Amino acid sequence: MSETLLLDSKAIHLLLHRLANQLLEHHLDFSETVLIGLQPRGIFFANRLGKLLIEEYGIKDLSLGYLDITFFRDDFRRSQEPLKANKTKIDFLVENKKVVFIDDVLYTGRSIQSALSAIQSFGRPKAIELLVLIDRRFSRHLPIQPNYRGRQVDAINQERVKVCWKENEGEDAVYILNNTL
Amino acid sequence: MSQLSVPHLLGIKNLTESDIQLVFETADQFKEVLGRPIKKVPSLRDVTIANIFFENSTRTKLSFELAEKRLSADVINFSAGQSSVKKGETLVDTVNNILAMKVDMVVMRHHHAGAAMFLSKHVKARIVNAGDGAHEHPTQALLDAYSIRERLGDVAGKRVLIVGDILHSRVALSNIFALQKLGASVTVCGPQSLIPRYIEALGVEVALDFDQALKKADVVNMLRVQNERMEYSYFPSTREYVMQYGLTSERLGRLDHKPLIMHPGPINRGVELSSEIADSSDAIILDQVENGVAVRMAVLYLLASAM
Repeated sequence: MSETLLLDSKAIHLLLHRLANQLLEHHLDFSETVLIGLQPRGIFFANRLGKLLIEEYGIKDLSLGYLDITFFRDDFRRSQEPLKANKTKIDFLVENKKVVFIDDVLYTGRSIQSALSAIQSFGRPKAIELLVLIDRRFSRHLPIQPNYRGRQVDAINQERVKVCWKENEGEDAVYILNNTL
Repeated sequence: MSQLSVPHLLGIKNLTESDIQLVFETADQFKEVLGRPIKKVPSLRDVTIANIFFENSTRTKLSFELAEKRLSADVINFSAGQSSVKKGETLVDTVNNILAMKVDMVVMRHHHAGAAMFLSKHVKARIVNAGDGAHEHPTQALLDAYSIRERLGDVAGKRVLIVGDILHSRVALSNIFALQKLGASVTVCGPQSLIPRYIEALGVEVALDFDQALKKADVVNMLRVQNERMEYSYFPSTREYVMQYGLTSERLGRLDHKPLIMHPGPINRGVELSSEIADSSDAIILDQVENGVAVRMAVLYLLASAM
């Protein structure tokens, strides 16, 4: 198995700042916007962006939640290994708010489809946007595209994108793993 | 681990501790779902569940039905009272006829111990035991233990006192198994005539003096006297039973701590529990009912995921 470094911690740092700036440009003071990290992997990314917006860009009262989509997945009873549900934490209203979904990797788009269904249990948002760190283009099963992306990659299906966060894996890095070599 | 070690939920006896923890962790997530403005998830939208009740039930039947509907399953209900069972149809025939209508899971309550186990060996569907005679009532025990965990943080190390008609109680047996697997110590208390012989073999303590036993209890689970299962009298009078084993505020007032009070319902007010205690903040009877839906959703979801 080969492992290629796609982004190191410096590149991720720059990307986080760029994405934070893009969000600021579109959402100003975030009074009408909520950020939702998608469980399980999107929450580290969402926390990092949230921290940046509060500490470096002076956003007050940022609404940041986590959404678990396990019960809304379209592959329930079809995948080999059932997934364990994670915690959903949305302690604010999404009714009439602009929702930004945050996930680390956009691949087939099926998780996002499930998230679009799941978020409706919390009300009717005014609009929903998608922010991803890595966009694996040419591998989509559904007509879903991100509004904000960190980096676009052309990974083949045998390859896997691994996103590491300092708080979880001990380093900020993105690797492409290839099982075929 | 994200899967149960068993294909059916027949009793707590067959579950491992990690099975029970998995049910609890999944129930935590469903409890959150039940707090949403829209309390429904699509997980079981392609699953059909038959609720087959050969015995009366209010809470369990409603709780299962609600859990199934919250999971988006298709639900059919069957009560033996208005069915061809009265015409002499056997259990296996009845259930196979229901399964011929493409049913995937069966939730069954039956007056005979072992009915759920018997069914699981003869029909092709996932079986959930919703109470079989005086044997087991696994979902009740799961929701009881879940409610203790919710209130006290953990079940391990807690001292649980189960009081009343232990002899006829499937809730008692399932509770004993569940609580012990989770590391609690269990004492049963009641009139000698309502304590099964050799119950000590399960590793529980037996107490005949309610007041003494209460002093050592973190949790008191008060069971109903099951008059409908009694062929003859097990104690001289209800009045005497209440005096010895009824939980009253006077009795609780003599303690220097406040135990958690549970009851699986239906309550005989003024018999095992005084109304004052049943409605007090130390009683978590309605929390148990609320948690029942989340716990049953977890059980159905986990069994369906392995189908």
